[in-house]
Amino acid sequence: MKLVTAIIKPFKLDDVKQALKNVGVASMTIVEVRGFGRQGGHTETYRGSEYAIEFLPKVRLEIVVDELDAELVVDTIVAAARTGQIGDGKVWVTDVGRVVRIRTGEQGPDAI
Amino acid sequence: MNSGDTAWMLMATALVLFMTPGLAFFYGGMVRAKNMLGMLMQNFFAMGLLAVLWATVAFSLAFGAFGNGGLIGNLDFVGLRDVSTGLGPAAMGLSIPFVLFCAYQMTFAVITPALITGATADRLKFSAYAVFIGVWLVVVYAPVAHWVFAGGWLARMGALDFAGGAVVHINAGAAALAVIIVLGKRLGWPREAMHPHSLPLTMLGTGILWFGWFGFNAGSALGANGVAAVAVMNTFLAASAGMLGWVMVEKVKDGRPTTLGAASGAVAGLVAITPCAGFVGGMAPIAIGLVTGVVCFLAIQCKYRFGCDDALDVIGVHLVGGLLGSLLLGLFADAAVNGAVTHPGLFHGGGLTLLGYQAVASFTVLGFSLVVSLALAKVIDVTIGLRVSPEDELTGLDLSQHSETAYAFDDLGSMGRIG
Repeated sequence: MKLVTAIIKPFKLDDVKQALKNVGVASMTIVEVRGFGRQGGHTETYRGSEYAIEFLPKVRLEIVVDELDAELVVDTIVAAARTGQIGDGKVWVTDVGRVVRIRTGEQGPDAI
Repeated sequence: MNSGDTAWMLMATALVLFMTPGLAFFYGGMVRAKNMLGMLMQNFFAMGLLAVLWATVAFSLAFGAFGNGGLIGNLDFVGLRDVSTGLGPAAMGLSIPFVLFCAYQMTFAVITPALITGATADRLKFSAYAVFIGVWLVVVYAPVAHWVFAGGWLARMGALDFAGGAVVHINAGAAALAVIIVLGKRLGWPREAMHPHSLPLTMLGTGILWFGWFGFNAGSALGANGVAAVAVMNTFLAASAGMLGWVMVEKVKDGRPTTLGAASGAVAGLVAITPCAGFVGGMAPIAIGLVTGVVCFLAIQCKYRFGCDDALDVIGVHLVGGLLGSLLLGLFADAAVNGAVTHPGLFHGGGLTLLGYQAVASFTVLGFSLVVSLALAKVIDVTIGLRVSPEDELTGLDLSQHSETAYAFDDLGSMGRIG
């Protein structure tokens, strides 16, 4: 089993979710994060003082998938999340050791 | 007793009281979330402590011996003795119950020390704050109120202050400066970003302050009459012009007009018109507001040059705005607006006489408040300590001073009751 993790632009979440549903992935976890890579931040002004805000809001998606589906899931996310502008994000895949469905106790691929 | 005057003053008392919660949110929205309750508690607690001290002892020290041209009142009204539903001392010329006059003044006594909380934000220990404002009310506010509002020596000299440019704004502004000199800068200031956590709350607070200020200024007419009406118009226009002034200079200097700028400009205008409200007319409030909006915007940049952490610009807005308003009164005071103007301003044929009195009054109040507040702050600092510990400052005032969290938006890692 694999864990697919993606950092994407927040406004792209709906597109990515829909695209994943279309390929049969109907479960995922998201968390709001802040980060930067090559994308610059922005400045805010309060009473004449300027502040540099380097960390930008992003969304982090985590999906546990069967080994065979990992590549399709990655490609789907990349296609749906891409805008062509700096700051689109990244996707990566890591190994998962053990997965258990809490309600039933099913393990391994049956738990995905 | 005039029932019209009394009805208005009953309302004005409520309006001014509302300004202290308004101030609490005006400031509160500008601090970081971890310090929100610290700011709210300081302002709300002022409504508790200072009202009781006012009724018990400070009112008498301020308004006893009315018209004695002296430095302080007396103990005639301690414990509200003789503060009845009658019209009070004849010399005061009241047309409202004396006890209502005391209640109205009580709202001023509450909000003036509370103004300091903006400068000391994020690092003042609550216990030290409570001691400071309690003592300050008696040894600084009461005497100054006596000098200006109760026919004390500054009033006898000829200085004018309709609703408290000196008594409230210069006084509190100077005290704020004194306390932050002893208190020091916030950890991380000025490098670290400490921007407002909720400008919507700040805007709401601004609206409440503007609304309540009609009670502050027009209520200082102590009656439902033409002077109160003029004060309403002046207050309104000065706030509006102050906003325009600040926003315009902001757009030129920083490229964008901001909501915080609009709010700050309105407040600056309101501060400046406070001493002038019942003494000027026509377009004067627009000029006063406009100039103050611009000057205060420029003034608040000074703190970086002096390395002085006036967190929410109490000095830049209240001290500078109050000084500007009090001095501009020396130009714009108009006897046609209010017969109490015995020396008209420069622009109304009175020469420099009034301006001279205004300067003496303004700088005397500034100096007195600065020196006594410095001494008081120093004494508190060496005894119980003014400032929270660095760990407490990093944790935030809400948790460290009050064991509370302002915003518990999620139940993650939530609490179990232990006692």
